[in-house]
Amino acid sequence: MADEKDKIINEVTQGEYKYGFTSDIPTDYIPKGLNEDIIRLISSKKNEPEWLLEIRLKAFRHWLTLEMPHWAHLNIPEIDYQSIYYYASPTKKEGPKSLDEVDPELVKTFDKLGIPLHEQKMLSGMAVDAVLDSVSVKTTFKEQLAELGIIFCSFSDAVKDYPELVQKYMGSVVNYTDNFFAALNSAVFSDGSFVYIPKGVRCPMELSTYFRINAINTGQFERTLIIADEDSYVSYLEGCTAPMRDENQLHAAIVEILLHERAEVKYSTVQNWYPGNKEGKGGIYNFVTKRALCKGDYSKISWTQVETGSAITWKYPSCILRGNNSIGEFYSVAVTNNYQQADTGTKMYHIGKNTSSHIVSKGISAGHSQNSYRGLVKVVGKAENARNFSQCDSLLLGDKCGAHTFPYIDVHNQTAIVEHEATTSKISEDQVFYCNQRGIATEDAIGLIVNGYAKEVLNKLPMEFAVEAQKLLQITLEGSVG
Amino acid sequence: MLEIKNLHANINGKEILKGINLLVKPGEVHAIMGPNGSGKSTLASVLTGNPAFEVTEGEVSFYGKNLLELLPEERACEGVFLSFQYPVEIPGVSMVNFMRTAVNQQRKYRGLEPMSASDFLKLMREKKEYVELDNKLANRSVNEGFSGGEKKRNEIFQMAMLEPRLSILDETDSGLDIDALRIVANGVNALKSAENSTLVITHYQRLLDYIVPDFVHVLYNGQIVKSAGKELALELEEKGYDWIKKEVGE
Repeated sequence: MADEKDKIINEVTQGEYKYGFTSDIPTDYIPKGLNEDIIRLISSKKNEPEWLLEIRLKAFRHWLTLEMPHWAHLNIPEIDYQSIYYYASPTKKEGPKSLDEVDPELVKTFDKLGIPLHEQKMLSGMAVDAVLDSVSVKTTFKEQLAELGIIFCSFSDAVKDYPELVQKYMGSVVNYTDNFFAALNSAVFSDGSFVYIPKGVRCPMELSTYFRINAINTGQFERTLIIADEDSYVSYLEGCTAPMRDENQLHAAIVEILLHERAEVKYSTVQNWYPGNKEGKGGIYNFVTKRALCKGDYSKISWTQVETGSAITWKYPSCILRGNNSIGEFYSVAVTNNYQQADTGTKMYHIGKNTSSHIVSKGISAGHSQNSYRGLVKVVGKAENARNFSQCDSLLLGDKCGAHTFPYIDVHNQTAIVEHEATTSKISEDQVFYCNQRGIATEDAIGLIVNGYAKEVLNKLPMEFAVEAQKLLQITLEGSVG
Repeated sequence: MLEIKNLHANINGKEILKGINLLVKPGEVHAIMGPNGSGKSTLASVLTGNPAFEVTEGEVSFYGKNLLELLPEERACEGVFLSFQYPVEIPGVSMVNFMRTAVNQQRKYRGLEPMSASDFLKLMREKKEYVELDNKLANRSVNEGFSGGEKKRNEIFQMAMLEPRLSILDETDSGLDIDALRIVANGVNALKSAENSTLVITHYQRLLDYIVPDFVHVLYNGQIVKSAGKELALELEEKGYDWIKKEVGE
């Protein structure tokens, strides 16, 4: 019986990665390796202003003084930063004026991923910025959004067209001195998305960035900057995939979100970078710094993430609740299978008065994977009436995986109320048998149970994403329980 | 129809069923009674394919098919239903989603198209009347936060939805107050037909006042030691099981 169970576990968790194809797109690389010349070359490739090059160089010099962090519950192999290409882009002379000028192979790539770049074919209600390797290739619905004063464009375009905004806000939430990967990103970042929602505007459609690594041996270092002005609202989605390759590829991104008074931002991620094969070979190293600053009173940031991909994930989307009555939320489902490792969670800094935060983390581990929740709730001395509730659940499929919870609570104000609940459970054979007895086959039973377990988080996702995420959970765990 | 011949089964190497023989024809209600530990619930588990048990000998045929060769979900699709003694909770999975998956998988097994959402919801509304379950049921998670009585009523509700050919009620009366017992029994009776049969596993005669059996079997030490009509249940209620133990020479 044990063998039979293992077999079913294996079958359920051994789903194939669907996005592992590579596309034959002529690519412009710069030489491998990292030094000041490379950084100058990236900057000149992008015709950047001097101030931005200065930031890059400062970040690089700072990075040289740092060491890779090793406090996470991760086993990270040595990374040779000199063997990586820091810039690769689909070859093109000028930015495409219309889709007709975009390489058809590239359009095909995104079509295959289910990300149509043709606006007429788009799901109504979603604008997309597509980033391939180091550059943004196409942003849809730009003009329609501009009528409302909303800026949604690639980071490079923003540097050219809105330098004053970029200069003012870039690095204001995640400074290059923040950590090792933030410094690296600030030195070599190539592109990403830029969003500005003006005062009083509710963005009428979901904004979405789709990241794709295609080129070999290439790191992806994008940054996203979202500024939500007073009384504005935006829902932002991020998706990502990569080809199946035997070597590991590095992804070190920065997401900065700044919220003014009464602004609300929902940021949803479905992270599905290539996780490596069943033996743990290949896959993306996903080292990401995401942070939102609730600067204005009554502002609200809500992070929702479904993490199913990457060989190693190191990621803590955080909320700095500086404005009085500001709210931070973090909803996460992290699934690891085979030899994947994830160390993910959040940080909630309560600084303003009457701030509140809510954390719901659902970890699901299968195969030989290791899955950790790491979260900090910090209440500073002057943060009166801070309120936090955290719930961290772990679900284990099989007996070779690990689930870990590292909650840090640091409270310096007596009026704070901080609650933490944690559970660890296994899918029980009784639950599976109960489903079987009603006619439901084991694989579907596991899909039902896992989706039920993650429901509280999945419900936070926009509709189209939620359906996708549910399927993804099931595929990721295909072959894994009995 | 169900035919069990010389069925032996183990759990963790310990023999619990030691040669069960039983014939259940369409339309019949059989009660299986017996003292604690006699193997009643094991019989239910083995018939439905619970992987914790191992069949070491014997045969079970169900409408001509060898039941023991089928996976638990295939047995369910063939029309074998178990009302669990301890129904498990499945957090976050709504009853409507659970039942819809079950109904459609059973339909698929029989070569039928999946049911439309509206037909399905209509069916659910109709069937919950059997056990007087309220309307909120559909959106509640499977058995989560249900009272003991609600869980048992929910089992019979699922039986109504799935329309099995053989229903096995494992200690369905345990933990029920008299009102809940009546509701559950009324539900079972309403679902009875000339085509389907019922196996009622119980300690007490009480349930059999409501669900009247055609046959009563006493299971003791892994074997059926006595079979008779419904009057046997009354006799057991009155005299306990000791006289049976004596009869079989202990």
